[in-house]
Amino acid sequence: MTGTLLNIDGLTKAYPGVVANDTVSFAIREGEVHALLGENGAGKSTLVKMIYGLVKPDSGTMTLRGDPYTPAEPRAARAAGVAMVFQHFSLFDALDVAENIALGMENPPAMRDLAARIREVSQNYGLPLDPQKRVGDLSAGERQRVEIIRCLLQSPRLLIMDEPTSVLTPQEVDILFQTLNKLRSEGVAILYISHKLEEIRTLCDAATILRLGKNVGTCVPRDTSARDMAEMMVGSALHVPERISNDLGDVLLQVTNLNAPAPSEFGTALRDISFSVRAGEVLGIGGVAGNGQDELLAALSGEARNGADAVRFKGDSIGRLGPDARRLRGLLCAPEERLGHAAAPDMSLTENALLTGLRREGLIAGGFLKWGAARQFAKRVIADFDVRTPGPDNAARSLSGGNLQKFVIGREVLQRPDVLVVNQPTWGVDASAAAAIWQALLDLAAKGAAVICISQDLDELMEISDRFAALNEGRLSPPRPAQGLSVEEIGLMMGGAHGMEVADV
Amino acid sequence: MLKLERRPQPSRIWSLLTPLLAVLVTMVMGGILFAFLGKPPFEAIRVIFWDPLFSEFAFYYRPQLLVKGAPLVLIAIGLSLGFRAGIWNIGAEGQYIIGALCGAGVALALYPLEAWWIFPAMILAGAFGGMMWAMIPALLKVKFGTNEILVSLMLVYVAEKILASMSLGLMKNPEGHGFPGSRNLQQYASAHNGEIITGSGMHWGVAAALIAVIFAYVLLNRHLLGFQIRLTGEAPRAARFAGVNPARLVLFCLGVAGALAGMAGMFEVSGPAGQVSIDFNVGYGFTAIIVAFLGRLHPIGILLAGALMALTYIGGEIAQINLGLPAAAIQVFQGMLLFFLLALDMLTHFRLRLATRGAA
Repeated sequence: MTGTLLNIDGLTKAYPGVVANDTVSFAIREGEVHALLGENGAGKSTLVKMIYGLVKPDSGTMTLRGDPYTPAEPRAARAAGVAMVFQHFSLFDALDVAENIALGMENPPAMRDLAARIREVSQNYGLPLDPQKRVGDLSAGERQRVEIIRCLLQSPRLLIMDEPTSVLTPQEVDILFQTLNKLRSEGVAILYISHKLEEIRTLCDAATILRLGKNVGTCVPRDTSARDMAEMMVGSALHVPERISNDLGDVLLQVTNLNAPAPSEFGTALRDISFSVRAGEVLGIGGVAGNGQDELLAALSGEARNGADAVRFKGDSIGRLGPDARRLRGLLCAPEERLGHAAAPDMSLTENALLTGLRREGLIAGGFLKWGAARQFAKRVIADFDVRTPGPDNAARSLSGGNLQKFVIGREVLQRPDVLVVNQPTWGVDASAAAAIWQALLDLAAKGAAVICISQDLDELMEISDRFAALNEGRLSPPRPAQGLSVEEIGLMMGGAHGMEVADV
Repeated sequence: MLKLERRPQPSRIWSLLTPLLAVLVTMVMGGILFAFLGKPPFEAIRVIFWDPLFSEFAFYYRPQLLVKGAPLVLIAIGLSLGFRAGIWNIGAEGQYIIGALCGAGVALALYPLEAWWIFPAMILAGAFGGMMWAMIPALLKVKFGTNEILVSLMLVYVAEKILASMSLGLMKNPEGHGFPGSRNLQQYASAHNGEIITGSGMHWGVAAALIAVIFAYVLLNRHLLGFQIRLTGEAPRAARFAGVNPARLVLFCLGVAGALAGMAGMFEVSGPAGQVSIDFNVGYGFTAIIVAFLGRLHPIGILLAGALMALTYIGGEIAQINLGLPAAAIQVFQGMLLFFLLALDMLTHFRLRLATRGAA
């Protein structure tokens, strides 16, 4: 099985103002796990969208097993044997597994036959799944199984996976890799997009690296160090955040037996959460998406109120205070969702600077806004955090994800918080911007603030945390010193394999 | 093939140009409509847009513009605050009626006492009445999560029933020889909302509308509350993150809209209308919704839109009399204006481009 399955030759796709892919060429052999590496914005997703028929290339050709391959739409791609598992699931919470799978098929068989097929395929590939279960009740790992099985039912020749492990615990990753290895042994090729380099080194046979839309090299991941691959991605030496061990000060924030009901049917209830952070400390909170991260941030920011004593700040009970009052005391937050939560998409950066900077930066006098001062503050954030934008009058929506994230983090950091809570601070941010954000958080801690970093990226948490805890189904594990924690221990704190059975593969 | 492409940010130029373009397209389409009805299209458009301002009888029509425009602007300003925040008060007509009843009620209760404070007291009563009527949907929304669109709209019909009952019962003129309707407030000096400058059409409601425009402008552009209103409309989740209390905002926006609508009703009943009667309301509360959107929910825009709407009202009446255009045709014409405005609104958020078919 060494024939070429998909050959890509000179694919180019330009969008107004940016060339997403510039004459990209590479080949995927049959039965190979091929990694596609690159920073955010390097053009990985445009490339796979062209392969999956979602985007038409401006020029260049593709051949599938020697025949010209020009999918006009995803249906044509699927018919040719190309399937894709997206990073963001397209599932309906209120329907069961079989119904969700039927919705994605051209000619769904009768429900009973389909359920039997689902059982059979899922057992075969070591991804046990109950077709009658409601998707809303499944964990992220199980939802991904639904998506994978939907693809496998079409017996694909090429399976594209976009960052499949970002929602999994280490144990769940192991199960997924066993499945992928079995697929490989059956001759299915897999195009695997990720920026987790150690994973790629254990799983993939070949890697193509994209930078700024160009193919900048290929390598055999097993024989290349993670650091070398990272530098190929970035194109320069990586800046490693420096951390100095701080002397820990007083307890700044103490959370005791925090309980909160689920905000919606598919939200997560917080159960008995207790922890504290000291001045100069970074507390990392890991966990798979949907285990209470948003709810915990809302409880800390004041968007959701709790019992007065559940949250104490410098000894004062602040559980009943709203976001404004907490901010004034020095407890600041940066939520995960940049557009629509941390920032208003259609408002200018100046207005978005007002959004949280209003009181601490003195941008208001007697109820009236000081636009000049607000503009100065926005400019300061833009300058200090290297936000790439023509100026503070531009709408938040016009910024790239990474730049807006730098703006959001910068806006909070420049307000000199005593405690800063961030959720997914570097999600969708390129490596150099991520390094800058980590450095800013570490500097903040070095100056005597406490930082709580909620994240699904374990590498990030290990990079900056002093102590580590994990959220699992709304419960928080007791925090432990981050140094010396093994991947297995972290995985168990995150809930292990979430009771997902490991079938024989 | 034409293709829509989302602009990175809304175009400022187009947001100013679309209302003008909408008026132009409405003129063209309205002209076609009038032609189909067998009326001369160009003359009809001229009668509607030109005659009220510059014809030989304009001296009569011009004051009418202020009389018609003032309540529209006053109500639309209040509505626009809520609309900006995503709070949809559709029941301004009801708040207008209740405001008129409360204002007139004060005057009728005090008749025939003459005192300087009667008129100010009527203004307060009118504003209070409208506000209380708007508080019903507001409190129901805050307490029970009901839909303010439905509740405020339903309350219009309740208010109309109360109006009918009042003009036939409690407020009926005892010296009216059994005819429905209250005493005529135009003949009660202390309660009459007369012209400030004779012959100009400028009554106290016009002054109030101008003051409301200025206040709304300052509120939206300079004040924290205005910022919170805009933020809530743009991104509700970000607003809560910023510390906006959504319940307070609902109460404020509906309260202000109700108070302004109530004041508009009271200025109308004590001035141009003169008396509480069954059919005293003429739909200003609904037309104001069109005015608010035509004016892009911007105070200055609403002022211009109110003037334009008043123009089509007056011009429409002239066209009915002179050209025999049916009243329904005029209403269709006004509806077209809103339709084209909303349709062309797309141009502020998207750009049209000729797409070359992508080479596969």
